[in-house]
Amino acid sequence: MKAHIHSVETFGSVDGPGIRYVLFFKGCPMRCKYCHNPDTWEYGGGREMSVEEIIEEYKKNQSFYKSGGITATGGEPLVQIDFVTELFKRCKEEGIHTCLDTSGITFTPNNTEKFDKLIKYTDLVMLDIKHIDPKAHIDLTEQKLDNVLAFAKYLDENKVELWIRHVVVPGITDDKDSLFKLGEFIGSLKNVKALDVLPYHTMGVKKYEALGMKYPLENIESMDKKEAIECKKVILDGIRKARNL
Amino acid sequence: MSQEWNGFVKGIWEKEVNVRDFIQKNYTPYDGDDSFLAGPTDATNRLWAQVMDLTKQELAAGGVLDMDTKVISTITSHGAGYLNKDDEKIVGFQTDKPFKRSLQPYGGIRMAMKACKDNGYEVDPEVVEFFSTHRKTHNAGVFDAYNDEMRACRSSHIITGLPDAYGRGRIIGDYRRVALYGVDRLIEDKINQKNSTSSTMTSDVIRDREELSEQINALKDLKKLGEIYGFDISRPASNVQEAIQWMYFGYLAAIKEQNGAAMSLGRTSTFIDIYAERDLRNGTFTEEEIQEFVDHFIMKLRLVKFARTPEYNALFSGDPTWVTESVGGVGIDGRHLVTKMSFRYLHTLQNLGTAPEPNLTVLWSTRLPMNFKKFCAKTSIESSSIQYENDDLMRVTHGDDYAIACCVSSMRVGKEMQFFGARANLAKCLLYAINGGVDEISKKQVGPKYRPITSEYLDFDEVMDRYKDMMKWLANVYVNSLNVIHYMHDKYCYEKLQMALHDKEVTRWFATGIAGLSVVADSLSAIKYAKVKTIRDENGIVVDYAIEGDFPKYGNDDDRVDNIAADLVHEFMSYIKSNHTYRNGIPTTSILTITSNVVYGKNTGSTPDGRKGGEPFAPGANPMHHRDSNGAIASLASVSKLPFRDAQDGISNTFSIIPNALGKDATVFAGDLSVDLENFEPSEDK
Repeated sequence: MKAHIHSVETFGSVDGPGIRYVLFFKGCPMRCKYCHNPDTWEYGGGREMSVEEIIEEYKKNQSFYKSGGITATGGEPLVQIDFVTELFKRCKEEGIHTCLDTSGITFTPNNTEKFDKLIKYTDLVMLDIKHIDPKAHIDLTEQKLDNVLAFAKYLDENKVELWIRHVVVPGITDDKDSLFKLGEFIGSLKNVKALDVLPYHTMGVKKYEALGMKYPLENIESMDKKEAIECKKVILDGIRKARNL
Repeated sequence: MSQEWNGFVKGIWEKEVNVRDFIQKNYTPYDGDDSFLAGPTDATNRLWAQVMDLTKQELAAGGVLDMDTKVISTITSHGAGYLNKDDEKIVGFQTDKPFKRSLQPYGGIRMAMKACKDNGYEVDPEVVEFFSTHRKTHNAGVFDAYNDEMRACRSSHIITGLPDAYGRGRIIGDYRRVALYGVDRLIEDKINQKNSTSSTMTSDVIRDREELSEQINALKDLKKLGEIYGFDISRPASNVQEAIQWMYFGYLAAIKEQNGAAMSLGRTSTFIDIYAERDLRNGTFTEEEIQEFVDHFIMKLRLVKFARTPEYNALFSGDPTWVTESVGGVGIDGRHLVTKMSFRYLHTLQNLGTAPEPNLTVLWSTRLPMNFKKFCAKTSIESSSIQYENDDLMRVTHGDDYAIACCVSSMRVGKEMQFFGARANLAKCLLYAINGGVDEISKKQVGPKYRPITSEYLDFDEVMDRYKDMMKWLANVYVNSLNVIHYMHDKYCYEKLQMALHDKEVTRWFATGIAGLSVVADSLSAIKYAKVKTIRDENGIVVDYAIEGDFPKYGNDDDRVDNIAADLVHEFMSYIKSNHTYRNGIPTTSILTITSNVVYGKNTGSTPDGRKGGEPFAPGANPMHHRDSNGAIASLASVSKLPFRDAQDGISNTFSIIPNALGKDATVFAGDLSVDLENFEPSEDK
């Protein structure tokens, strides 16, 4: 089995703990307006890599990854869930920390067989909840929200370590109500270890230009750190409320 | 035992000059954190404000505030100079006032004149006359001995940056000796060395005896330098303030005497800490006072200034002095060498603000104490001013009392020195191999008339075969040019004070260097894995290349090309080694152009990797710009395949990254949720 890989970042320091070997998988069903990797949307293509090739590349430079591991991201890595499962299985045989960065959009609550297998070999899931309001979620991503939340609950029930990521975009995902509600939802989960609030940036614009695509958020400025911290505080307030802290 | 040594653990260091033994017997490893450190005193703040003001004036004046045009700098040439005598706890300047650059013509009178002229000054005609007619300089000596081939290589830039018109530097005196033993004891030691030379007067013995006499005279002058500032440094230092001051006088004497390309300090912090610990124990000084001494010492090192030409500054991108101080590391007995003083030195970046000099270099080991590692990381983030080097790698060759000269050259302090040797341009050498020794820019026959390559497309085996021959030739001219240079430097511009602070028997590293490594690796890879077509001028000289197809590029952890780079280093080094070296110097090489890669690129035509003529090389052992596409680890992995045993003088990799790509602000993002819940205040409008 081979995966379609868009690219590899051998020095990933922002996608999970430690220094990580980060695989960007091809293909994504979401069309998030702020996506900074539109070049990964398309299914197929890219560099074809086998599990053994990846493990070999990783092990060659293992000494750099002492407190890190491998992260699967994309695109949406779970579009290629069979491969990710096989890769993570091999990683665990080798004692490599595995991290999955996903939107959870491909989750199917009625048929979890593949996911049951996957989470056996997954040390950490970074679940990116794009928007807590179902309608706004569709506006932002062209996909429904319910399976994402179902996936979070599923991971929580199965005690998989979870980080919640949330991109704060001025005027789109930074309204206090939604942030507070997101906090309440996170507060209802028991296994969330970290909250990663990502301030929106415009570094993706160039890629859209290169691909000849129109950038959907043309007039929106980057979010500065101070505002992002304020957003984080509101989410934390929501968590406290849900947990009666 | 001298009374200055009261409280020190005895050892062989008392009987012989042996600073390492003193350190090993007496130092106190420190595992704690940075909470003991003291901030700047009022005096420190006042002095630093004065320095900032003078710096502003210097910038406004175009980079130089004042220059000596008449007084030739020697150890004792100037009276005392101060910023503010009442505030300064450590004293001494190169001339009679701060920011005044001294006149140092022994390396070459023309360079000294040009340095003055380009900055709007004129060297006194009598001085010019004296150094042109009555006293020969290093530069004049070299050009008397160079042959035509050497001159041609020099002007075509296949060998560049040679220290034939300026001071070679890269020698570190063991300035700690001045503090530990006092100058009288060192003179006595040198007299004994002189008396122990063979009585058969071969030219080597004669040179030894003459040099030892020079050294003794330099030490006598060093004592006088102390007297100029009101100190008796004939005896050992008796406390930490004196230890720093004595040591600094040693260093000051060196820079008054030599304008070397790199005038590094050594490895002094843990040595000084022994005095600080004793003074703290005895209540002689407080932590605040000790930090003040260190701050004032470092301030002096920041004010080291030389008279240099704009071309020199262009080559090195600035006005660097390379006052490198090596901090930390691990001892061969397994104890780390981090002391409180290691923290205090780095803390100057906080107390005085960030600065490129002195070049504070942490000798990094996985076994350094965690608190120190954290402090280094913190200080790096705040100041971006710490250099790191791999102690685990260098300790194997140099033991645990080596220091870094310049940016990466390691040498045992007081036991080893280096003959600095600039660089050979291997990328240009490849073009010579293709064009049969004809320079691609000047079109002159510079190299030997080997058969040029005449085919339209380059064949890897054929190119490699020619290239090896051309490298052999280049190594020969290169090493022999250096032989001339170092012979003349010893003869006309001998580093007598620095060598007085060395043992009698010194290991001499014969340093060479490589420029353009990644250009050659990618070029050979292109020839091997893609198709490279030659584009010739009307005389058949190849002036450009067209590449058809893709090829593996150095910097992506791809063995196909990385091995080419590694083999190249090994190959060139073996050619270097096959040549005779002056004073039995042991050949080493380095791959470390940190800034001069731009100038080297400017003087090199188009290369088969697709680089156009005049475009910069990558610095040091870096992959070429924008050719590494798999992230930093892959890029570093390629570099780390280069054999250190063949490039012991250092391999550098310049690595820039935007802070956001280096990790998250852990207190804000991707924190630990339980901690975040406790630490973050509720939002404002709740």
